[in-house]
Amino acid sequence: MTLTYTQVWVLILGCAALTALNKAFGPVLLGGRELPPWFTRVIVLLAPTLLCALVVTSVFASGRSRSVGAHTVGVDVAALMLWRRHSLVLCVVVAVLVTAGLRAI
Amino acid sequence: MNARFLAMGVALAPSLPGGPLKRAAQGQTVVDASWALANRGDGIFDRWLLFGTTLPQYLTWTLGSVVGAIFGDALSDTHRLGLDAIYPVFFLSLLIAELRDPTSRWAAVGAGLLALALVPISPPGIPILAASTVALIGLARRSA
Repeated sequence: MTLTYTQVWVLILGCAALTALNKAFGPVLLGGRELPPWFTRVIVLLAPTLLCALVVTSVFASGRSRSVGAHTVGVDVAALMLWRRHSLVLCVVVAVLVTAGLRAI
Repeated sequence: MNARFLAMGVALAPSLPGGPLKRAAQGQTVVDASWALANRGDGIFDRWLLFGTTLPQYLTWTLGSVVGAIFGDALSDTHRLGLDAIYPVFFLSLLIAELRDPTSRWAAVGAGLLALALVPISPPGIPILAASTVALIGLARRSA
């Protein structure tokens, strides 16, 4: 499918508008008031759930299919290193080197 | 694709002062990394940390995109450079910092499994938003 110049720009602006709405929704509807303790307990758990879902889908999935690749191995090695409290920069470098190395062979 | 910003915005809402317009504008500064960094872990977000960490990200992200668009062809196949391993490792480090107690650990495991289960049967973006509903176990269980 090839899009015309105009269609591409409509698509880009549409995505931008949708993202802005997504980001504004919570603050507009729920901001500016005291929220009950149960709400806080849910918020605290949003960070681990969202971050884990982001990591898992970027490591074990591609688009709409589950798939693994060289980067899965690279990230796994880095995960072990992070757990052993190595520095983040070192872990990122190792993950990239392992991934690139596996793809070279 | 960006459906997860709905959940992030809901979490951030109580931390933003001002009227609806001002809050909506502040909500625009949410990106994954700064949202996670500004999260103090007690339900409150440090909004200045959020703004401050988004700004350099926005500038370098945009600059990087421009450089990539102009010079990207020179690198030919970026896939073989293994750069796609950077993003998950970075978020993994943020995730590890969030696993403070058993409740958050189980919530993370549940969310990961749910997101993975939904990948083949829903459009991109939805698995992550759906996984955030696992946080609702906070209603039933007192977090430590």
